[in-house]
Amino acid sequence: MPDFLLEIGCEEIPARMIDAAQNELASRVGELLARESLGLPAGVSAPLTTPRRLSVASTIADRQMDVTEQVTGPAVKIAFKDGQPTRAAHEFARKAGVDVSQLEKIATPKGEYLAAKITKKGRSAAEILAESLPKEVSSIHWPKNMYWHKPIERFARPVRWLVAMLDSEVIPLAFAGVRAGNRSNGHRTLSQGVVQVPKANAYVERLREAKVLGRGEREQQIRKALDAAARTIPGARWREDKSLLETVVNLTESPSAVLGSFDPEFLELAEEVLVTVMRDHQKYFAVEDPNGQLSPNFLAVLNTDGDPKGIIRHGHERVLRARFNDARFFWQTDQKHPLRERVQLLKHVTFQKNLGTYYEKTKRVQRLCSWLSELIRQRGRQIRPGVIHKAALLAKADLTTELVKEFTELQGIVGGLYVRVQQLDRDMADSTRRAIADAIYDHYKPESMEDSVPRTLEGAVLAIADKADSIAGMFALGLQPTGSKDPFALRRQANGIVKTIAEHKLPLSLSQLFADARQAYQNSGAEKKFSAKVDFAGAVRDFFHERLEFYLRDVLGYKHDVVNAVLAAGSDDVVDAMARAQAITKVRASADFESISVASKRIKNILRQASDTGKHAAGAIEPAALQEPAERELAALIPQVTKRVDELRVQHEYEAALAEISKLRPTVDLFFDKVMVMVDDDRIRANRLAVLQTLLVNFSTIADFSEIVTESKA
Amino acid sequence: MLQQPYDVEVGAGTMAPETFLRVLGPQPYRVAYVQPSRRPADGRYGENPNRLYKHLQLQVVLKPPPENVQQLYLDSLGAMGIDLRQHDIKFEEDNWESPTLGAWGIGWQVMLDGLEITQFTYFQQCGGVDLDPISAELTYGLERIAAFLQDVDSIYDIVWARDPETDRITSYGDVRLAEELQFSVYNFEQADVEKAWKHFELCEAECKALLEGYALLSKAKDAGDGLARDKRRFPLLPAYDLCLKCSHLFNILDARGAISVTERVGVIARVRALAVGIAKAYVDQQQGNTTADESSKEQKVLTAKKETMSVSS
Repeated sequence: MPDFLLEIGCEEIPARMIDAAQNELASRVGELLARESLGLPAGVSAPLTTPRRLSVASTIADRQMDVTEQVTGPAVKIAFKDGQPTRAAHEFARKAGVDVSQLEKIATPKGEYLAAKITKKGRSAAEILAESLPKEVSSIHWPKNMYWHKPIERFARPVRWLVAMLDSEVIPLAFAGVRAGNRSNGHRTLSQGVVQVPKANAYVERLREAKVLGRGEREQQIRKALDAAARTIPGARWREDKSLLETVVNLTESPSAVLGSFDPEFLELAEEVLVTVMRDHQKYFAVEDPNGQLSPNFLAVLNTDGDPKGIIRHGHERVLRARFNDARFFWQTDQKHPLRERVQLLKHVTFQKNLGTYYEKTKRVQRLCSWLSELIRQRGRQIRPGVIHKAALLAKADLTTELVKEFTELQGIVGGLYVRVQQLDRDMADSTRRAIADAIYDHYKPESMEDSVPRTLEGAVLAIADKADSIAGMFALGLQPTGSKDPFALRRQANGIVKTIAEHKLPLSLSQLFADARQAYQNSGAEKKFSAKVDFAGAVRDFFHERLEFYLRDVLGYKHDVVNAVLAAGSDDVVDAMARAQAITKVRASADFESISVASKRIKNILRQASDTGKHAAGAIEPAALQEPAERELAALIPQVTKRVDELRVQHEYEAALAEISKLRPTVDLFFDKVMVMVDDDRIRANRLAVLQTLLVNFSTIADFSEIVTESKA
Repeated sequence: MLQQPYDVEVGAGTMAPETFLRVLGPQPYRVAYVQPSRRPADGRYGENPNRLYKHLQLQVVLKPPPENVQQLYLDSLGAMGIDLRQHDIKFEEDNWESPTLGAWGIGWQVMLDGLEITQFTYFQQCGGVDLDPISAELTYGLERIAAFLQDVDSIYDIVWARDPETDRITSYGDVRLAEELQFSVYNFEQADVEKAWKHFELCEAECKALLEGYALLSKAKDAGDGLARDKRRFPLLPAYDLCLKCSHLFNILDARGAISVTERVGVIARVRALAVGIAKAYVDQQQGNTTADESSKEQKVLTAKKETMSVSS
């Protein structure tokens, strides 16, 4: 079986797009091979993935197998008259491409029919690939693509060469005006350029000679080079940064690293600023000393084999010096107007065109923060409303600073850093100012589910209020996320709220939080733009139900059915929902609980079937109508258990409450054993339905047990 | 072809007519020119060693781009005395966009030992017009490249001239520092906001009036030679100058802090409307120059054929 190779040679593909495109190419080619019976998707590999090339290789069949099929023709009694073939027989033979004498007679349930064997010749792999690969290549999805040749084919960057081979034969295909051949290209500066590929399986070796390495090897080589360079300073380490590493892996074909240094006087700038400049603008790794402090060094990953004369290091050092000078210039310029003065400037900064300026947002968030702090204080938590109030006032002021305009990813962080060095009120205690600074610093957190939540309670309240204000405003405008459209990242913000409430164990009701957030918009200019068609409370409830489901299931890892059961009994209180999920997870394996789940399903089914046939439960249980001992026993037990469960539920003692409910098992089992619910007598039936109804309602306050997946069926 | 810099203030070499207008339409074109580019908000009173209110760009436009355009670019660095074997060169994603010109492209910032020395762009759209063919635009930052080659930390320390007799050095600071300082003071502190707005409105109104004039001409029915001539001599190039003036005045007002974020979007849209109008009119005018006559000829041939057919049947 021949080796197949396809290389798409490009001008530099953006680093962020390479991995996804390579995976898509490999899976597209794998599906094509499977579809055409030439190979298996599992056999497709990606020998070299670099900024200048995507590639796939596989051992495949050199042609499809010939396929013989039997086709059925007309019935024999029509095809032959007096032993002679009729026109129908001749016609069938002609279509099948055989002589009439080669037709067979086959027996079918409908009688005897004519049949012919047709052999479909398999096509050659080269022919199929030449025809189909260009389509697969042009179907690769790019986040952003371009024209370069004619306004027909698009790709991330211009395609400049193609290598397509079966062993040593070129597959005659073309894409975007480029004809495939057996010539590739090596590293831009370390090779002579053109590389001949004599046969498909020599590809990796020939490119290695031309200084092009595969993705995995580059990553290892970069790690080693960073380790070695950092080790030249005793005890120093480079700071691990996964996404930066992925970026530099995909910016190089033959990587190495250099260690550079900068003037230690720049260390007076905040570490966050220095690291951001190095990472986002220069793609350098930061270096720390044995104590974890930032050291005045950096590591640059090069796309060449070294820097023997130090020329490259010298260049990088000069560029970084200029960058740091810029940052220092911004920092110093910003100090001319302290944050407290900048709050007024927010009147000129638009938050969202219908929701007004950041100044208006600041005022709303301040109000919302006051309400939330009061609520949390009433529920017995230590909180500093003064700190939150001040932090909310200053939180957005850094949007007007030069440093944030230059490094937008530092929003919030810069505000926090400036509060640390600026005077706010003359007689403010240092500890208070620090608390304000921390709250501002953290208030965009968590930026993802992997990110940490704000460190302090004050920061948490500010972060929640800020996000709730954005979500409330957008929902009231009718701009909630739909499908893949979420331009304001409201899902991420809502996830952030859920995670922050959960980790700080805040006694907040989501419906109350959003009623308050909506209330903060009252009598504002924005309110006039609100859509009258929006069911605000309903939309927010459904949205957060989904977010909480995501959090419990995907972040905390609770089982799908547990999450459904818990949220069916309420999704308004995040902390409470977590406690219920935890309790159910603990008891679900017990036999008694399992049996209660089964009973719940059964009760639900009975009640649904009854109501489908127009038979309803009585409004209340009528003791006089209870006939069998089993139903009397159950009816008597319900109020007792309900009382105990309610007491435990108020204390959030869900495990104990579930244990109480589980105690009902023998009584419930007996009821179903001895009592027939759907009897003809209207009064007795309605009363029995009422018993079941009461049971279900009273025990569904912790979870809807019928959602729990059980082994036995109801 | 080498061209001279354009003598109206522009924010980037792209805005000079040699790029903005020449990339439109089907005619192949290859040009290089140095263009002083003025960005009032980038002024730093001459205090920042790397940022300038006015910097020099070497602008190269290749329409359509040759297949080996990237290699040609790398060779151009060699011609400047940069031995790439001694350095680290990377092409990092950077897509260029100018909302005021309705123009955008796909490309890279070219990083030489961590220094961005060139913006390399495949133009996709200009003045709201989809381009066919595409043009490649190479914008070299001359001060940065000079500082790199001379190994100096500050742009102002670049040796600008050396007296061959005395060896006395004139630095870039000697010739430029006062200009950077004074224009920073003007753009950030003293530009008369009210008068700048007036200038803006005057230029905008005149540009619009010209565009309306061209639109009227396009609607005229007369297909005779007179109309074609009127179109050909219609002053669209001066209209584009007025648009450039608007763009520069907007930049001054922006640096002066006279445009709120909310207003900003609106003013950008006004300038873009002019740029888009000019681009469309320019394409139409160019077509008139080449194909209008041919298409009318074609029309005549067709009518002639029809007549022959009716005769023979």
